[in-house]
Amino acid sequence: MSIFVDGNSRVVVQGITGRDGSFHTRQMMAYGTRVVAGVTPGKGGRDFAGLDGRAVPVFDTVADAVAETGADCSVVYVPPAFAASAIMEAADAGVRFIVCVTEGIPVLDMTRAHALARDRGSRVLGPNCPGIICPGKTTLGIIPGRIVTPGPVGLISRSGTLTYEAVHHLTRAGLGQTTCVGIGGDPLIGTSFVDCLAAFAEDPDTEAVVLIGEIGGTAEQEAAEWVSANLDIPVVGFIAGRTAPPGTRMGHAGAIISGSSGTAAEKTKAFEENGIQVAKRPVEISGLIGEALGR
Amino acid sequence: MNLHEYQAKELFRAAGMAVNPGEVARDPGTVRALAEGYGGSAVVKAQVHSGGRGKAGGVKLARTPGQAEEHARSILGMTINGLVVHEVLVSPIESIASEAYVGVLVDREGQCPVFMVSAEGGVDIEEVAATNPDAIHRLRVDPRYGLLPHQAYGLATRLYGDPALARQGARIISQLYDVFVDNGASMAEINPLISTTEGQVKAIDAKVSIDDNELFRRAAIAALRDPASESPADVRAREAGLSFVKLDGSVGCCVNGAGLAMATMDLVKYYGGEPANFLDIGGSSNPDKVVAALEIITSDPGVRVILFNIFGGITRCDDVANGIVEAVRRIDIEVPLVIRLTGTNEELARKILAGAGLAAVASMDEVVQGAVRLAG
Repeated sequence: MSIFVDGNSRVVVQGITGRDGSFHTRQMMAYGTRVVAGVTPGKGGRDFAGLDGRAVPVFDTVADAVAETGADCSVVYVPPAFAASAIMEAADAGVRFIVCVTEGIPVLDMTRAHALARDRGSRVLGPNCPGIICPGKTTLGIIPGRIVTPGPVGLISRSGTLTYEAVHHLTRAGLGQTTCVGIGGDPLIGTSFVDCLAAFAEDPDTEAVVLIGEIGGTAEQEAAEWVSANLDIPVVGFIAGRTAPPGTRMGHAGAIISGSSGTAAEKTKAFEENGIQVAKRPVEISGLIGEALGR
Repeated sequence: MNLHEYQAKELFRAAGMAVNPGEVARDPGTVRALAEGYGGSAVVKAQVHSGGRGKAGGVKLARTPGQAEEHARSILGMTINGLVVHEVLVSPIESIASEAYVGVLVDREGQCPVFMVSAEGGVDIEEVAATNPDAIHRLRVDPRYGLLPHQAYGLATRLYGDPALARQGARIISQLYDVFVDNGASMAEINPLISTTEGQVKAIDAKVSIDDNELFRRAAIAALRDPASESPADVRAREAGLSFVKLDGSVGCCVNGAGLAMATMDLVKYYGGEPANFLDIGGSSNPDKVVAALEIITSDPGVRVILFNIFGGITRCDDVANGIVEAVRRIDIEVPLVIRLTGTNEELARKILAGAGLAAVASMDEVVQGAVRLAG
């Protein structure tokens, strides 16, 4: 099984006619994602030429797209100035799962978007995230399909390319994945490590979990406590940013050590104290998972 | 983006807040004249993006105009945490009865703005948080309603028992929230917020950080950036759209993606080297970005080897390879390059590099070990 989405998820792409939106829509279709609609205000009524010329109807609003196609998930590729608004539009239209890939959204915009999504009962993944992929079933976002393979490992990460690095090693070691989730590098994200862990805990196919964290905030510490109290499958962790200086943002808006809080050492300690094995190098992750699964 | 104290105070005044007077000066003569205008005594404060200005000798009280000029002479040009002081803020001396702390920032956990207030102001608030956490009162603000009047008053009563002072405090707290929201701040702070012996509440210090993601729609705020507070490498990186942080080591790093870039630095350290920088070339693989990245890294005289770690997803390895070849042609690179490329269009990338006499390896550990060895 996969978490949050599966092969039946009906996806509307917000910003489908843009540069990134159109490219990744075709990539998603090539992987098998059921892209049922696109939204670009002002371009409603047209068709988007998807993979192999397969037409995807374009709507002016998400509400129209949902009414006409029954879309229940969305992927947001719109520019930062309009992305929070796009999330709120999707939540208002009843979309239950909203993936926001966009990086650079003003944080105060996101305080309102997250509040509204919570009120409407929608789950937001991201923003500033690579999305979610269920190997062999569906992908929403930008994670390259060819690096994953179906199997028993769940993976959760705040990063994009570091996720690819870890998944690549898992796949090469013959350790496939149930679902890989990139939760995003922003300070305010809609889906936390704990949300993903809780979903993996309900999934009988997920036999081990990889947690890839980084400096900034306390999400890894909370995840560690949750694992210790609730999860009885093995978890392997990795924390990026051991060499990051305090007070400086390391690329991701959320990757910053504030005062003495949010350091890699603190997070590593929280992992170890709660029974999570910590890989010192990305390449060690697959080995530790293999050992934990007895393979 | 951090604002200087005097810039933050301008935003406070524009919101109608009671702020102590003050003027910026860049030379000791002007400081003397300003002190004369304030009746002889004045406080002279260094304007740099650094905490601990007082401890570093960057804040001084003068009882006479001559003394103010003297202080200006010692403060202007001094270095605080690596930043040279080019400007001072000159203000009249206040008769302080109490000092409080008021700040608002974005709470990651609550996903909303949060106020922090303390009657123990005028000192490092992190220290208060560590030694006497009960002295700090917090209030989360629902971004959809904003800070409501009773909430502002409630916070103010934590600072002042006297209702007249609490009313003034509540007003300032509301105004601080307006400044925070209206300017796209990630943090706004008054430390200290004073009450004077005459019973007035006012801000005598100001600290505001703007969310960098807001700058595209706030030209007036973006124009407050002080180029003197940034190194040329930082300016170049920002203009090229690269995330860059200078460090002190000898292994220059050029990576795609922030998480992988941090993990690469960590691996350099793991194998006994020291990273010279954090640099994320981002998801796009525009060759110009690669050229800019190499220019920035090679401008650091401490760099003895440059390491590329590219995991191609959206980023196409052939684009990065073209950028590297282009950069090697355009700029004089005197240190060795070690390259790891894997993922999208990897084979094509290897051919492009081979055409320019460059080679690439496939694993991250291999490239980092090679770089550390070459850095000596």
